[in-house]
Amino acid sequence: MTSAEGAETAGRAASGIPVARRVRPVWLPAAGIAALCVSVALAVTVGPADIGVADVWSVIAAHLGAGTTAGDVSPLRDGIVWDLRLPRTLLAAVCGAGLAVCGAVLQSLLRNPLADPFVLGVSSGASTGAVLVVVLGVGGGALSVSGGAFLGAVCSFALVMLLSHSLGGSTDRVVLAGVAAMQLFSALTSFVVMTAADAETTRGVLFWLLGSLGGAGWPDVWTGTAVLAVALAVCLGHARTLDAFAFGQDAAATLGVHVARTRLVLLCVTALLTAVLVASAGAIGFVGLVLPHAVRALTGPGHARLLPLCALSGAVFLVWVDTLARTVLEPKEVPVGVVTSLIGVPAFVLVLYRTRRYR
Amino acid sequence: MTLSAERVSRAAGGRLILDGVDLSPRPGATTGLLGPNGSGKSTLLRLLAGVLAPASGVVTLDGRPLDRMGRRDVARRVAVVEQQADTQVELTARDVVRLGRIPHRRSWAPASAADEEAVTDALRRTRLTAQADRLWHTLSGGERQRVQIARALAQQPRELLLDEPTNHLDLRHQLDVLALVAALPVTSVVALHDLNLAAMYCDHLVVLSEGRVVARGEPAEVLTADLVAEVYRVHAEVTRTGPDDRPHVRFLATLPDRADLGPDQTGLGPDETGLS
Repeated sequence: MTSAEGAETAGRAASGIPVARRVRPVWLPAAGIAALCVSVALAVTVGPADIGVADVWSVIAAHLGAGTTAGDVSPLRDGIVWDLRLPRTLLAAVCGAGLAVCGAVLQSLLRNPLADPFVLGVSSGASTGAVLVVVLGVGGGALSVSGGAFLGAVCSFALVMLLSHSLGGSTDRVVLAGVAAMQLFSALTSFVVMTAADAETTRGVLFWLLGSLGGAGWPDVWTGTAVLAVALAVCLGHARTLDAFAFGQDAAATLGVHVARTRLVLLCVTALLTAVLVASAGAIGFVGLVLPHAVRALTGPGHARLLPLCALSGAVFLVWVDTLARTVLEPKEVPVGVVTSLIGVPAFVLVLYRTRRYR
Repeated sequence: MTLSAERVSRAAGGRLILDGVDLSPRPGATTGLLGPNGSGKSTLLRLLAGVLAPASGVVTLDGRPLDRMGRRDVARRVAVVEQQADTQVELTARDVVRLGRIPHRRSWAPASAADEEAVTDALRRTRLTAQADRLWHTLSGGERQRVQIARALAQQPRELLLDEPTNHLDLRHQLDVLALVAALPVTSVVALHDLNLAAMYCDHLVVLSEGRVVARGEPAEVLTADLVAEVYRVHAEVTRTGPDDRPHVRFLATLPDRADLGPDQTGLGPDETGLS
């Protein structure tokens, strides 16, 4: 970026014709990283158990092998901070980042402003997989809920790819195949729940379907982080290729992009990341749909800047939404997906409203 | 040696769209591609751009078959301006022109001084410097087409392919766009509907009909009343009254479709029939 663009913030040119309104300061990513660190640090100190800020940090410092031993904090409180709050907060950050990045990539790749990480049917497939394990005991105990969810997600993504390929493989076919798979797997999930589950199981399943970070453990955090890192690297490597899709696939091809290969790679990477995240936290809606639009309005459409900032803002957003979800009705917990959707639906309407004037 | 199509064919939905077409545009000149709707102009341009592969025959760039070259290598040489381009992304004119640098940049490399220079130069040559920071959806049709041409120029191509670039433009902008293309020091191939614009701005014309080349040569040789009658089924008068004594076509009436006629009738008098 040249210095001339450093402060490209003018709202209107002298002629009164709107020009690009962009904030492109170099400090934006740094501010995002700082905001994420502060958010995680604050979120772990919030919770129903009355643990002082100093105690929370002495527990974390002790586990990181720094500072004093946690001798003065009881094992119960130690467990609450280290085994419940911290992994939960970190998983919220990983899920928020991953879903926002997937959403941004899919919106550009499929040229559809309403695409989100679940457009490929991954979330409904995951739900079906989870329900089969929980309600019908598929896998005979060898398969965990998240294992079943992951398998379900992979199956539904494979179905979407197969379907869209046999329907001609154009982008709108991918979206249609995704919608079809979503409907199919939602119906299967409802069918299984309605015919086989008792009230208690239904409640548990429903909670999972709406998205919850309540079951987060360290293995979820490590798997999620590893897959997020790989996926983010792949997507950033394709940042300029994604820019080339602005005028459609043919235009991208004449700019030197291998359209079919790029699409396959990016669809698989985003589906894999979504599957991993959905398997550990359920289908948390709207982060992947709304965040990319908000960030794009700030940074402009260049993916080299858009994707990292989507990751950071998605992480910060979900950390706070989850904190809200677990504290607002204390000691009851609201599924995090419910809170994201309550914020997400008005934003969704706003997106529709904004795209309306271009047609 | 430059871009060249040799006996290329392509079918779609069981119908032959192109049937053994040869095309070797003269380096540095502007070649006009004429023909009615469905005659294969767009398909031929897509084959030349390497976006589609020919079913038979070969498209070569400096003697190398396009399908053996990397897509990026092709995009650094051959730029394409489509009939109509649109986006939902909030891009400025300069953002769009910057897209032309994609084939020249490595995945992780930031924009170099050469990239920015190419973008600025392309904006200047298309007289868009003042509009560079305007958003795409606020630009007029003529400005959008010029932005697309600027984007193509930022690719620094030696071959430029344009598919009916004057569609949807008013008269003044049609002339502007074609004058700009004709003055560029690149080999260009332009698909056109307007015969008079083709006569004014092209050095060489190729006429397609039903997937075959039916005429080629300088505008004065190609644009005759017989050709217009045969290819377009329109009765016309051609005079040498265009600029620089170029041909000018005046349309008089439509002729009956060939399908409506008997085998030996063309709707013309005996001395007006056919093309060789």
